[in-house]
Amino acid sequence: MPQPKAIASVNDFVVKFANVNGSGSASANGLFARAIMRMGIPVACRNIFPSNIQGLPTWYEVRVCEAGWLGRRGGVDLMVAMNPQTWDKDVASIDPGGYLFYDSSRPLPASKFRDDVNVIGMPITEICNKAYTDARQKQLFKNIIYVGALSALLGIDPIEVEKLIGEEFRSKEKLIVPNVKAFLLGREWAEANLRGAPMGLRLQRADKVKDRIFIEGNSAAALGAVYGGATVCAWYPITPSTSLAEAFMRHCRKLRTDPQSGRARHAIVQAEDELASIGLVIGAGWNGARAFTCTSGPGISLMQEFLGLAYFAEIPAVVFDVQRGGPSTGMPTRTQQSDLLSCAYASHGDTKHVLLFPEDPHECFEMGATAFDLADRLQTPVFVMLDLDIGMNDWLCEPLSWDDSRRMDRGKVMTREALEAGKEFGRYLDVDGDGIPYRTYPGTHPARGAYFTRGTTKDRYARYSEEGPVYVDNMQRLLQKFETAKEIVPRPVRADAGRKTQFGVIYFGSSSAPMGEALEALRAEGIHLDTLRVRAFPFHDDVSEFIADHGQVFVVEQNRDGQLRMMLVNECGVDPTKLISVLNYDGTPITARFITREIAEKVGVLNPVPLKKRVAR
Amino acid sequence: MTYLAKPKLHHPRLPANKLGYTRRDYEGTVSTLCAGCGHDSISAAIVQACFELDLPPHRIAKLSGIGCSSKTPTYFLGNSHGFNSVHGRMPSVLTGANLANRELIYMGVSGDGDSASIGLGQFAHAIRRAVNMVYVVMNNGVYGLTKGQFSATADKGSKSKRGAVNTDAAIDLVGMALQLGASFVARSFSGDKAQLVPLLKAAILHRGAAFIDVISPCVAFNNHEGSTKSFDYVRSHNEAVNRLDFMVERTPITADYAPGTVREVVQHDGSTLMLRKLAEDYDPSDRIKAMTYLAERQAAGEVVTGLLYVDPQAGDLHESLNTVEQPLNALGDAELVPGAAALESINASLR
Repeated sequence: MPQPKAIASVNDFVVKFANVNGSGSASANGLFARAIMRMGIPVACRNIFPSNIQGLPTWYEVRVCEAGWLGRRGGVDLMVAMNPQTWDKDVASIDPGGYLFYDSSRPLPASKFRDDVNVIGMPITEICNKAYTDARQKQLFKNIIYVGALSALLGIDPIEVEKLIGEEFRSKEKLIVPNVKAFLLGREWAEANLRGAPMGLRLQRADKVKDRIFIEGNSAAALGAVYGGATVCAWYPITPSTSLAEAFMRHCRKLRTDPQSGRARHAIVQAEDELASIGLVIGAGWNGARAFTCTSGPGISLMQEFLGLAYFAEIPAVVFDVQRGGPSTGMPTRTQQSDLLSCAYASHGDTKHVLLFPEDPHECFEMGATAFDLADRLQTPVFVMLDLDIGMNDWLCEPLSWDDSRRMDRGKVMTREALEAGKEFGRYLDVDGDGIPYRTYPGTHPARGAYFTRGTTKDRYARYSEEGPVYVDNMQRLLQKFETAKEIVPRPVRADAGRKTQFGVIYFGSSSAPMGEALEALRAEGIHLDTLRVRAFPFHDDVSEFIADHGQVFVVEQNRDGQLRMMLVNECGVDPTKLISVLNYDGTPITARFITREIAEKVGVLNPVPLKKRVAR
Repeated sequence: MTYLAKPKLHHPRLPANKLGYTRRDYEGTVSTLCAGCGHDSISAAIVQACFELDLPPHRIAKLSGIGCSSKTPTYFLGNSHGFNSVHGRMPSVLTGANLANRELIYMGVSGDGDSASIGLGQFAHAIRRAVNMVYVVMNNGVYGLTKGQFSATADKGSKSKRGAVNTDAAIDLVGMALQLGASFVARSFSGDKAQLVPLLKAAILHRGAAFIDVISPCVAFNNHEGSTKSFDYVRSHNEAVNRLDFMVERTPITADYAPGTVREVVQHDGSTLMLRKLAEDYDPSDRIKAMTYLAERQAAGEVVTGLLYVDPQAGDLHESLNTVEQPLNALGDAELVPGAAALESINASLR
């Protein structure tokens, strides 16, 4: 058989691990990725997991990229195939000239392999069975053993792995030695037996990670809530948002415990459902505490009635929506950006809500904190729109930063002193012309400032009224308030191509990661695009201007129906034919290859095949 | 017609309480409920209880859901913040409000549709979380605003105004509250103010989840022959297990009682409940026996009223969460924001 072509690459390739859920592979795979990062080489990792506790297939994709592209590239250069259930599909997914690393303890027929892929077998089960007697150890150490072998094959510095094991088990010291031993067992076996294996992928120390940190979006958003001054969190477990609430608990234990009394400066309630979660948040917000909930699409559906109340009664609330594949239960462990419409226009009647779109964990932190200022300032619900890709994967991103001179903006709250001084108070009275009225916290003043909060229509002084003009007056003021929001939400980020072009591209959230890479590939093929990253709804006027400046604007989204495009058409009054959707919604994160191919095809200039190669390397 | 203000003038010699407030200072706007509605009597009882307890009106927050009962917070405590939320969801809004500021008194007002049907889940969970509140259900067994449908507390076999017979089993909120761990459970009747006012006062001073089910006949849709929530039916089947005579806050008890007829219960804040026994051997400190007793009397067609259960030293949600004494809504940047240095050490742990 002729030797297949072998992909050769230093610090630029994709490794995919195919495992069985619950087999302990996650920590070993994470160790692999972090060791590479410690060598100064950027990595982008994605967990592709089932809605299951044990037994179903799970994958972990590690993109190694010295150039720093952190989006999903697409394709696989090295498949670590540890799951017989998915073998055929896994083998088929390897790029031609790529590598297949597998457990060769049991012989497999030649038909199970591809002749354009380089095969590296290691009898991992056999090695484990010899080395360990305990059944659990036999299973668990398999993972560390293959990490050891890969470290030898790819050139991972073993010192980095040993250091990481030491850090990982700092509090369980007796686990350090057996883990290091298993790692070395795999490494030494590979050094002795795989010396001649065909392997063109290599790692070399670099200095491209700098001071960047490796963090999940959910954890960063929860830290944002801590820094944003949130004191009340009410939530109901739902993938992929659960780890946000759990991270908030963890951060609060460390950062929000009164040092003298040991008591909590926060209250976290696991509610009975999402209706109660948002109800608690609204109650707390009404009473002057900063409160949030975190959920996903199905939770947003359940919260609709309450969200309308918060909009209409003007109560601050923060909702972190970690989006997953919908509709219905959909793909609970896959990613999408498909809740834009259900959040932007949540609830019956005429409503509009503020949305923020973080692009990575760094922005999850920033927007996580800012959301509370906006909610208080605007007295309305604010949604932070994460997705599973950002929320549940560790991303390499800029370190989190905080300006100590920053203070919480509690918005327009009338104080006891102001009431005492006789300042006029009308709960829904627009005194500043920005559509935002003053509010009072319950219990402020014995005789002034009390009002009745309701979901029914009311006049400027919060008195019940079903008079048409009174209702219209209030609804118009709410629109005015939404106009005010335009100027204070995070502005879109525009980047021009550096030369005149009729093409623009609008994108948001996690699509940001592969976008830079796709733009570079398109540029190489002579397609130049100006870009606009939308960071919030309502849209700033910059968005309409950007669309007006271009003949055609691509709108890149991770949903089927082009929800952002619909909102742009609806809110910016643009000619719909100008906006061309680029949509990835199969549940996997959008890739640079996909964006490049779609835009190139649509521009009608390039053949997608050579282009795909161009992006890959 | 709630926008009609009540006349401000009142009798110059209207008695004032210790804070100098008269009863009128605890009232709200004119009720828009039907003339003779039981709910209005409950509103009046709430006004009187707060007046007699010398509570500053602005330190009370009143919350409700949707329905006739949930409209009543407009008709009492006009100087308190009120929140008429969404149908069946008052308990979660109240819980959130309570977490934000533990220093206010929280009065949740609900009805049988609001708490036993659409809001049964929220009712149950607020009780089991021991939210420090007074949860009043104005229970008439019928949907009033939508004109006469049975509610989930209507007894099986009872008749609607149109003559239909209810075939569904009734939900007994008192039984549920006991089972769910409420630390103060009472039932009363809107037509018996002498019983209701002291119960409300005791519930307000109680720490933990205090639940009062008040049978409150609907004069428009549920006050006919064949209904078990009518004035006549409740009057003739009312079986009070005790009378709460005195509710004294940190003052010595002066009244004389024949030995063995009164039970003295001291609550966490020092307030004392003097319970005059009516039913022989009824023990309001025994949750299990209370549940059995209620089930037995209910099977006999009686409506048991009075203070049915009390745990005077109960804790609340804030105690479970170990929150700081200071209200969470009063904490500022210094207490809440950990600062740049703390963030830098977090960054360092993520490399």
